[in-house]
Amino acid sequence: MAYGDKLIDHYENPRNVGVFDKGDESVGTGLVGAPACGDVMKLQIKVTANGVIEDAKFKTFGCGSAIASSSLVTEWVKGKTLDEAAEIKNTHIAEHLALPPVKIHCSVLAEDAIKAAIADYREKHATDRDEVEEKAAAL
Amino acid sequence: MSERTGANLKLPIYLDYQATTPLDPRVLEAMMPYLTEEFGNPHSRSHAFGWKAEAAVEEARGKVAAIIGAKVKDIVFTSGATESNNIAIKGVARFYKDRKNHVVTVATEHKCVLESCRRLQQEGFDVTYLPVAPNGILDLDRLRDAITDRTVLVSVMAVNNEIGVIQPLEAIGAICRERGTFFHTDAAQAVGKIPLDVEKMNIDLMSISGHKIYGPKGIGALYVRRKPRVRVKPLFSGGGQERGIRSGTLPAFLCVGLGAACAIAEKDMGADNERIRRLWKRLYEGITAANDEIYLNGDAEQRYHGNLNLSFAYVEGESLMMGIKDLAVSSGSACTSASLEPSYVLRALGVESDLAHTSIRFGIGRFTTEAEIDYAVAVINEQVHRLRELSPLWEMAQEGIDIKSIEWGEH
Repeated sequence: MAYGDKLIDHYENPRNVGVFDKGDESVGTGLVGAPACGDVMKLQIKVTANGVIEDAKFKTFGCGSAIASSSLVTEWVKGKTLDEAAEIKNTHIAEHLALPPVKIHCSVLAEDAIKAAIADYREKHATDRDEVEEKAAAL
Repeated sequence: MSERTGANLKLPIYLDYQATTPLDPRVLEAMMPYLTEEFGNPHSRSHAFGWKAEAAVEEARGKVAAIIGAKVKDIVFTSGATESNNIAIKGVARFYKDRKNHVVTVATEHKCVLESCRRLQQEGFDVTYLPVAPNGILDLDRLRDAITDRTVLVSVMAVNNEIGVIQPLEAIGAICRERGTFFHTDAAQAVGKIPLDVEKMNIDLMSISGHKIYGPKGIGALYVRRKPRVRVKPLFSGGGQERGIRSGTLPAFLCVGLGAACAIAEKDMGADNERIRRLWKRLYEGITAANDEIYLNGDAEQRYHGNLNLSFAYVEGESLMMGIKDLAVSSGSACTSASLEPSYVLRALGVESDLAHTSIRFGIGRFTTEAEIDYAVAVINEQVHRLRELSPLWEMAQEGIDIKSIEWGEH
């Protein structure tokens, strides 16, 4: 596949590869995709007490587009609040990386990964069950 | 590692010999006169331009026949194995359709064979697509059971293009002869690589491809037995060339190229195979010595050793191919196919989807060198290691988590 420079850069020099302790209170973990589909993304966010994402890590099983999309997302979420991070759309990812049409689903999965990480964090910190469901429904 | 620098190596290294092969310089030399001064139409009866072209074509025809143990007159030139497969399957079935309406083939055949069979189904034929064992080889008892007195043709490829396994042609031919049905084999990946003999193997039709054996693209042949005679309906109409089976002006330069390629392959087959087998072993062992959970697709022994198809667990195929970009290879991963469906051949072997997504096919050929293999091993091992560090599945496997036990979401 003839990929653009930004995508190749993220593939060859992926940002923020690694692992946070899943059990850590400040960490939200999103695991999306399926091995049978050839795409699995694990995205983790480390969130400050004021709800700002201060760090992110990822691991991905998938094609160059999948790896690049998840790497990009770890860069984009840093410094954002949870609500701001939830605003990241797959179309922005696809545009930035110039994803070919047949690879758009990789950016969708990356968007899902962010939302899954946020949801996981929120669930850990939910004082009120309804509050979590409300926020999840709003995503 | 000095192997990794690729010093003195021309990059990228070609390791996709099943997709196509470079033209052997000796073949090009044989073809050149027919691209320049000897441009005559081989069917021009009345002048020397035509006679010379015809002589060259007939000499080439003899060379194609020789490498498969056929008679010269049994060889029909076509545009390639896809066309040959179409003629063999549709042409034979349609000719005998009043008496017989059943065709037997295998799930791992090339797309052109499967599509030709599907077309016949639309025309009212019954087709049986036989499964294969996990090693890719056909079960002969299942074949025997599938043939009825309405079966006109059995089509089984000699060497599989994706995984390299060799089907038991002699045994299949014997069964077909015994049961009174024609035996066609798509030998595109087999001619010049494994010994073929249409008499010994009771083969009635055989498809041959030029560009798989260091010959030119755009030419192939179809062997059609004359004793006992196999009748074939042509696919298209014209002047009735090639025994009425395939009309059209023969491209003399391409026929000469195919002939030269066959003659060279016949002579070099033994030496080529010995080298290639050694290189296959070097590549396979180089990778498996450095990495766990590497799976060979297709039987380890009943195979042509120019084909090494491996699944690299926990590493997706396209991402690995990007990492080894100085190697020209291909993958059974869905991501690299236009349809996003993983390889149907791997699926037929029972390779599960997650592993099918991790497969890469390496092709070794006449011009592959040891230095190229060593470089390939170094690059592959480096990238497999890197991508496994990036893989959440590898991480889970290292932690002892059973990946199959996880409920993955749909997406």
